[in-house]
Amino acid sequence: MNMFRANFWLHYAGPQAFYGLAGRLWPWCAALAVALGVWGLWLGFMVAPADAQQGEGYRIIFVHVPASWMSMVIYMAMAFWSVLGLTFNTRLSGMMTRALAPTGAMFAFLSLWTGALWGKPMWGTWWVWDARLTSELILFFLYLGYIALTSAIDDQRRGDRAGALIAIVGAINVPIIYFSVKWWNTLHQGASVSLTKSPSMAQVMLWGMLLMAMCFWLYTIALVLYRVRTTILQRESHTAWVQTIVQEAA
Amino acid sequence: MIWESWTQFWAMGGYGLYVWGSMGVTSGCMAIEVWQARSAHHQHLAQLRAEHEGHL
Amino acid sequence: MIWQAFCAVLRRDLLLAWRRKSEGLSAVFFFVVVAALFPLGIGPELNVLRNIAPGVLWVGALLSSMLALQRLFEADFRDGTLEQMALSPIAMPLLIGAKMLAHWLVSGLPLVLLAPVLGLQFDLSGEALVTLTFALLLGTPILSLVGGVGAALTLGVRGGGVLLSLLVLPLFVPVLVFGAGAVEAQVSGLGVQAHLSILMAMLLPALFFGPLASAFALRIALE
Repeated sequence: MNMFRANFWLHYAGPQAFYGLAGRLWPWCAALAVALGVWGLWLGFMVAPADAQQGEGYRIIFVHVPASWMSMVIYMAMAFWSVLGLTFNTRLSGMMTRALAPTGAMFAFLSLWTGALWGKPMWGTWWVWDARLTSELILFFLYLGYIALTSAIDDQRRGDRAGALIAIVGAINVPIIYFSVKWWNTLHQGASVSLTKSPSMAQVMLWGMLLMAMCFWLYTIALVLYRVRTTILQRESHTAWVQTIVQEAA
Repeated sequence: MIWESWTQFWAMGGYGLYVWGSMGVTSGCMAIEVWQARSAHHQHLAQLRAEHEGHL
Repeated sequence: MIWQAFCAVLRRDLLLAWRRKSEGLSAVFFFVVVAALFPLGIGPELNVLRNIAPGVLWVGALLSSMLALQRLFEADFRDGTLEQMALSPIAMPLLIGAKMLAHWLVSGLPLVLLAPVLGLQFDLSGEALVTLTFALLLGTPILSLVGGVGAALTLGVRGGGVLLSLLVLPLFVPVLVFGAGAVEAQVSGLGVQAHLSILMAMLLPALFFGPLASAFALRIALE
């Protein structure tokens, strides 16, 4: 099939086709994630030397930075699927957004947690109200808000569309908050220390971090594809093809 | 190998608590997520199977 | 025709609010109580109170607005008026805008008028009180306009009130930052121009996009 034709994509927009595709893809993503993770951790903990200023404590960045990146990437993916869903009214978009949210929330939490554990020994404080940390915190709240809203609405389609709107509004809001807090900080001279200055990194440290980032990314893809399959089975349970699968699984 | 002993590895130059606290919680969260996704899938499949048999 | 429809909705909402005065007053009263609780919790030292005043008063206004937002669409949703608005030939955002204006007049404007009085409890200077009032005047409409989206999405949903707060608080953060920041800037002698300009810059798009987004959200809720 020529992937430049619209039919190629529209074919997989249908839950049944996507179920099959996701089923074939996720094991490969998971295996790749494990491989990259092992390699990344090896580089990060067994090869990379201690940092000149931060000693061994800097090694937290091998999970902190990838987690932060993922929390933002996942939210952008949610916003993307939301726009798609509201524009084309596809059922799958809502399911994908819902499948992404828990993982995104987890990474946002991990970003905050590991960030605090990194900040305390290095800069003496668990938390600081700089633009980046504050935006990450708000991002975490946005994830929770999305999950709460979609869980509270019984009608699945209404929940999808309401969630899509809140995801899009949140995506617009995050940069606004980032710049608001940045300005707010510059006006309060000396009130805060920025925890964003990362150490200038040796090659091997950078590699370790990038490998871990790719590991987290593939982990997310594998998990989300797996999760959306469950949602598809649930929502399409009245169709013949799901009935067949249920029968075969018995 | 950059570590001279396992003890040194776990101590992480004095930052052991912070480093392993981060790594531990991270892997813990990811493990819980995976477990939760799997059990939800099996649960729904079982539920659908029960409904299917109920119809027969 | 459009202007008449706008005024009709505005007049109706104001009339309904007047008939149920206690609802509107309770949110305002909440603001007063919150503003009084902080000094009681923190202690009477005026230096401390003067420092926290902008933040406390703004957060109080925010919380009060959040409480009031639940009432924005609730009644009309239950009795079917909202559906009529969706079906009418007049653009729904316009009618929603009229509802938001009525809502602000009942729940937001009293906060603006009360704030200088409450600010005296915190020993804020005269100029600071003026800045606070002006900042709230610009900020509280933004809360009504932008909060409407949250109110629309949580219509008839279980646990709506708390859920509404969770959804709407991140949207309020920039208003809070610049609104309270304006007063702090005034107190510390830096210019308030920047803060107030930014509040204005947030208000103008909100006037346009707030009703639009809320109307979209209401259509989702009405399906």
